Amino acid sequence: MNIAIIKYNAGNVASVMYALDRIGAKYTWTDDEKVIQAADKVIFPGVGEASTAMAYLKEKKLDQLIPTLKQPVLATCIGMQLLCKHSEENDTDCMGVFDVNITRFQSNTLKIPHVGWNSIQARGTNDLMKGLNETEFVYFVHSFYAPVYQDTSATCNYVQPFSAMLQKDNFFAAQFHAEISGKVGQKIIQNFLDL
Amino acid sequence: MLTKRIIPCLDIKEGRTVKGTNFVDLRDAGDPVELGAFYAENGADELVFLDITATIDNRKTLVELVKQVARQVNIPFTVGGGIGSIEDVSALLNAGADKVSINSSAVRRPGLIDELALQFGSQCIIVAIDTRFVEDIDWVHTHGGRNITSLKTIEWAKEVEQRGAGEILLTSMDTDGTKAGFANQLTAEISSNASIPIIASGGAGTMEDFYDVFTLGKADAGLAASIFHFKVIEINALKNYLAKKGIPMRI
Repeated sequence: MNIAIIKYNAGNVASVMYALDRIGAKYTWTDDEKVIQAADKVIFPGVGEASTAMAYLKEKKLDQLIPTLKQPVLATCIGMQLLCKHSEENDTDCMGVFDVNITRFQSNTLKIPHVGWNSIQARGTNDLMKGLNETEFVYFVHSFYAPVYQDTSATCNYVQPFSAMLQKDNFFAAQFHAEISGKVGQKIIQNFLDL
Repeated sequence: MLTKRIIPCLDIKEGRTVKGTNFVDLRDAGDPVELGAFYAENGADELVFLDITATIDNRKTLVELVKQVARQVNIPFTVGGGIGSIEDVSALLNAGADKVSINSSAVRRPGLIDELALQFGSQCIIVAIDTRFVEDIDWVHTHGGRNITSLKTIEWAKEVEQRGAGEILLTSMDTDGTKAGFANQLTAEISSNASIPIIASGGAGTMEDFYDVFTLGKADAGLAASIFHFKVIEINALKNYLAKKGIPMRI
């Protein structure tokens, strides 16, 4: 299998590569349009800030490529947020694969960012949680979130319920870091590779 | 529900795990890669590797160690010790560390925190604060607790958050190695005034100490070393105990 990890300016992807190594999957880290289009699976990871990441994707024209991909795409953390319509983080227009807006957590009692292991609940169709329990723990680090809406495939509760995972056609997304979420995260990645 | 985290800390010297009492009298507690993988399999929520003899010569060894750990471990891990520049952080993150922890270098030049947060994102920058109670005030210390600074711990904690630290690792030099419990009062004061998570460290001796640091101390995570390395407390048993007492845990 031919996996492309999208190369852009949002943070460190070493842990994603090591997670694939542990599974024994081969991958290419690339921003080459042709290589990405030809891949069997595409992973769009990343940590970082929305507006700088979108600016870079636009410069490389990846913002036009990614929404048109037909093979399974897995977006995590900021990758997931960039696939949504708009992010409140520096008022950024995103790629709009998922018809939902990203907003910032607001709380007087709970700490923001949301950091640590929290439980997620599968909701509706969730192909990536196959073989897992309804409720599992995964590792989050984020201050912005997607509300629960029709394409939410798993929910999490912090301040209020939000989308831990999204699924629509060939697009799969996780707000948490599957690559460092223990056996559960490993299973989610494996399920994506098995699609 | 967001759970409280249990974090074993592996002190590294020349590629081996060590843990001392009050940072002297070091003892060998095994191979860091094996030990890290063991903890990841047995309930640890996160790992911290602290290179306690960090020198330029040791840097390459540490980066190699980080690569080995990253290959084996599927939970978040932090690397600290002697990190003083953007290049140091870049090398460790590229090797597979999820977060880095800075301490003395941030005290020496606080602007480093801003630079690292801007370059890599706050989520991977932990500022470690070593504190000791001297003449009625908690003061920040450096160099493994040997050197007092002119910074008050509570004020420094606020400053590092404002500068972009993603988490604070608070080690009380008064309780470290005593096994008499965490510095709950100070931890609570800092945690209540912070929006970022506080990892409490120093003094864990019993399961109850962890219960106290999460309730009285309002900590988001509890870190310990020797009690885990020498199996005085097993992490899974600790987490079951805490869960039974109503502390949210990833079981």
